[in-house]
Amino acid sequence: MAVLTSIPPPAGETPVRPRRRRRERTTVAGLRRSLQRHWTLYLLMVVPLIWFAVFKYIPMSNAVLAFKNYNVIKGIWGSPWVGWQNFELFFHNPVFWTLVKNTFVLSVYTVAASFPIAIILALALNEVRNGIFKRTVQLVTYAPYFISTVVVVSMTILVLSPRLGIVNEGLGFFGVPSVDFLGNPDYFRHIYVWSDVWQTTGYSAVIYLAALSGIDPALHESAKIDGASRLQRIRHVDLPGIMPTAVIILVLAVGNIMAIGFEKAFLLQNPLNLSESEIIATYVYKTGLLNADFSGATAIGLFNSVINLGLLLMVNMIAKRITGNGLWS
Amino acid sequence: MSVQTEARTLPGKREGRRATRARRIREPRTDRWFMFCVYLLLAVLLAVVLLPLLYIVASSFSSPEAVSGGRVLLWPVDFSLRGYHAVFANPQVIQGYVNSLFYTVVGTIVSVTMTIAIAYPLSRRTLVGRNVVMTLILFTMLFTGGLIPTYLVVQSAGLLDTRWALIIPQAIGVWQVIIARTYFRTAIPDELVEASQLDGCGDLRFLWSVVIPLAKPMIAVVALMYAIMQWNSYFDALIYLKNPDLFPLQLVLRNILILNTTGGGAVDASVMLQRQQMADLLKYSLIVVASVPVLLIYPFVARYFTKGILIGAVKG
Repeated sequence: MAVLTSIPPPAGETPVRPRRRRRERTTVAGLRRSLQRHWTLYLLMVVPLIWFAVFKYIPMSNAVLAFKNYNVIKGIWGSPWVGWQNFELFFHNPVFWTLVKNTFVLSVYTVAASFPIAIILALALNEVRNGIFKRTVQLVTYAPYFISTVVVVSMTILVLSPRLGIVNEGLGFFGVPSVDFLGNPDYFRHIYVWSDVWQTTGYSAVIYLAALSGIDPALHESAKIDGASRLQRIRHVDLPGIMPTAVIILVLAVGNIMAIGFEKAFLLQNPLNLSESEIIATYVYKTGLLNADFSGATAIGLFNSVINLGLLLMVNMIAKRITGNGLWS
Repeated sequence: MSVQTEARTLPGKREGRRATRARRIREPRTDRWFMFCVYLLLAVLLAVVLLPLLYIVASSFSSPEAVSGGRVLLWPVDFSLRGYHAVFANPQVIQGYVNSLFYTVVGTIVSVTMTIAIAYPLSRRTLVGRNVVMTLILFTMLFTGGLIPTYLVVQSAGLLDTRWALIIPQAIGVWQVIIARTYFRTAIPDELVEASQLDGCGDLRFLWSVVIPLAKPMIAVVALMYAIMQWNSYFDALIYLKNPDLFPLQLVLRNILILNTTGGGAVDASVMLQRQQMADLLKYSLIVVASVPVLLIYPFVARYFTKGILIGAVKG
């Protein structure tokens, strides 16, 4: 942006605008002038800005609790400092590695499964020219995204239930004894990931479909003239065309690996599958709100946020290096 | 922006279709196989998504005995509405429904107002300091204080166990702010602002009588995103609410569907069996009842929703 302003305005553009802009962009005087001119707009932002300060930035400062021993009476800032003690307690906790591993594996598995499937769905839909079929598939695959997590999890539990679930009925038809899917930790990850894929694939495909429709049809035409088959055109025209979009989505997904949501894991959890289903988010909830160990839970949450931010920055850097695309490029 | 790209790609698509039709005879053999595989794949995906939904709906319209006996597949067996009678006879469910309606309506109004109030000023190029504010807002997407620090803020604000706890702490979504700002930026040309200023129109007046009417489609998308989020959320209710009278539908659902708390003391075996069968059926009907409002409006709004995702995807 700053570079742009230093370029002389092209002929035909009125010289008034750039000059005014340049003066306003810099310095305190510019801010004062802008305040005078747009005070109503600044006023409009006050309430939302207070909201951001209170519900986003105060919690960030409250995270100092991780280095304190929280005392309800003394409050956050009055409680005594304990240094890294809360973190050390967590690192030495026997569940530490289980939690990190469960969180990491569950998340990586989710990305690995849903990322390619969404692209495949978009590519396949893009090939289909039949309007009604295409629209039906899109409408139906998109729909589960609107169903709440609670309902999706309940449906999963009902469908997989050993007593009356349709999956076990099907297995029974082939003479396989009924399986208690949710009671067995071995199945937890698959259930989590594939129900997630079921719910979100149609939604994720939309963005790739948009990218595909942005590809210049001339590229396809010339590929056709060169005798490329549909598969070859997908490989050499469509895939490179959606690459930038895919990279950004992958960066975002990998950057959120440690931030995998509380909601679903918590709902699918039961005492039997806890060894695989306990993730950092659910553990924070239990330590913090059920056992009232505010400092400990804050430390665990902070550890998770920092790892996650680091991952995001790292992945973004790698993606930028390799493909030239990244967030805030 | 999105309107423009659509207008540009549409004729291209049509041409492509005509071209494939004209050369269909000369299409390589592998291509026909390929298209067969594509259709097959899509049909399988369609079935995989659709069948569980059909199974749930079919079960909800069946008799308790048929459901518990596992006789329902994709079509109701012994058609009955007893599941639905049970759902609507349950005071918790009704209360949850009413609460959720309240949270959704009030929450959406608050959220949309706040989003416009921050997104519109940030979209104005002549506003000094907007980049600093935008960076501060975007940063909250990358890093958060965490569950407990946020909980403590809500607690000290005196919101715990009040209806506001479900509305205020998540009033603004950063994603929605980005969508709104991008839309304001691309759909409201600077010339329009300048022209109205020459006519003596103030910023607020301009926002109210020019920008908002022009931004109606975007506002609809953002409002729907907030509404669906509110309708589907349970986590905030779980942590902030103790009073069951305030529970939104999703939390009531969780208690009934996942925790199996439908009440009832010790009774003899046959009554137990009946109650168990009824509880099984109730779950299916409850799932349908809870999802219907969202799924009913979904086909009408899907297209706008898609546009919303796409606007949001444009970096800016």
